Amino acid sequence: MHEIGYYPGCTLQGTARDYRQSIHDVCDLLEIKLRELPDWNCCGATAAHSLDERIAVRLAGRNLVIAEREGLDIVVPCALCFNRLKVAQKRLLNDTDRRYGMPLEGTIQVFDLLDYLSRPNIRQEVRDRLVRPLQGLRAVCYYGCMVNRPPKMTDAPTWENPTNMDELLADLGAEVLDWPFKTDCCGASHAVTHPDLVFELVRKLYDRAVAQGAHCIVASCQMCQANLDLYQERIGRLAGTSYELPIFYFTELMGIALGCRRPDRWLRRHMVDPLPLLRSVGLA
Amino acid sequence: MEQTAAAPLEVYFDLAEKVRDATGITVTACYQCRKCTNGCPLTFAMDYYPDQIVRLLLLGREEEVLHSATIWVCSSCETCTTRCPNDIDIAGLMDHLKSEAHRRGIVRPKGNPTYAFHKVFLDDIARRGRVFESGLLNRYLLKSGEWKAKLETGTLWGDLRLGWALFSRRRLPLFPHGVMNKQEIRSLIEEEPGAAETEGDENT
Repeated sequence: MHEIGYYPGCTLQGTARDYRQSIHDVCDLLEIKLRELPDWNCCGATAAHSLDERIAVRLAGRNLVIAEREGLDIVVPCALCFNRLKVAQKRLLNDTDRRYGMPLEGTIQVFDLLDYLSRPNIRQEVRDRLVRPLQGLRAVCYYGCMVNRPPKMTDAPTWENPTNMDELLADLGAEVLDWPFKTDCCGASHAVTHPDLVFELVRKLYDRAVAQGAHCIVASCQMCQANLDLYQERIGRLAGTSYELPIFYFTELMGIALGCRRPDRWLRRHMVDPLPLLRSVGLA
Repeated sequence: MEQTAAAPLEVYFDLAEKVRDATGITVTACYQCRKCTNGCPLTFAMDYYPDQIVRLLLLGREEEVLHSATIWVCSSCETCTTRCPNDIDIAGLMDHLKSEAHRRGIVRPKGNPTYAFHKVFLDDIARRGRVFESGLLNRYLLKSGEWKAKLETGTLWGDLRLGWALFSRRRLPLFPHGVMNKQEIRSLIEEEPGAAETEGDENT
């Protein structure tokens, strides 16, 4: 049994409920105990770092102070939360002129969930416990921006062409296709304020994924998943086509391959129904 | 018009210094390779390209950059910052310029949906320490005035349908979650003098 601190972030209590459920199910199965950080707060997200850098660092930093007090390394499923916590950690640990007034000791580590679940020991465990290989499923991996960039903040080893999700999905038996848009931007919170921008960026992703022969796109960030899933019908209509590309969280595919009970509990919350695809390859 | 063509460009190098003092970012290191602009996914919606923003900062053209659409179009994807060969944090410059436009009251929520959304989002954090997505979206529509635009263009119905679809999939929570120590959150946010200007824009 591994134990690790867990910072879920606000969206996992709402629109990314499917992500949260699949994470909990997969971690239960892998005997990873997620200990939710007590009284965690919002990382500040794009709003805080756009309007006030100091507030942004202090909001995210409060969570790091709590984690240090609890003596917990933390794993973060949301790419943006992960990025904000890493930036805050670097700023607070190098705060020589006490700009932020929030001392940190540097005793804990912050992990992106994908990075954590694709470490060699867990990948070995995943291979050992595989009950339902994802044979016949052709997928492209979509990492997005925030878990990798900028590498000075995220400590990502390969930021232009990350491969950890590709390798993890290959372990699960999926046919992972290479494509050039692994880390391209989906437009993030512009979905609310300037959907036209998001539609433009996301349409390119669909077109390229389809051109590569992918059945689906796999994400590790709930903003990416939302932007690719929620508006797919609308974007298809505007482009005069119908994409029907299910957008999975990588944890959902882990759950299916590891034999989690009733994966439909997460999958039925998607807008683009993944069940027809899964049935066609004998996985549902 | 002929006058502008003949007028010598007025340059204020102090601005680059000011930006460096405030952010630690050195715009004078830019040699205009345009790698930032070439990698930027959103140039199609910008009035100035990222390399032009850096150049304008270097020349001291503060008015242009603070009023540019570009700073609000930037999605903070960090591609420019990651690839700059001279270590200029260009996405960090965009943040700095957004903060300055906010602090000086140059930008208003009505007419700038992105700014309106950021403000509503920060207010939500100040209120309970966590963001409540269902309430946030409603307040954003009101504060930005976007509900009117959406009603006129007919896109409001699409949004409502999407909202219903999410709600029926139990992805829009009915009740907010908050932190226990709300006072602490408030102190994190309100201590900063720049944040004092969050009131008063309803009147405009």
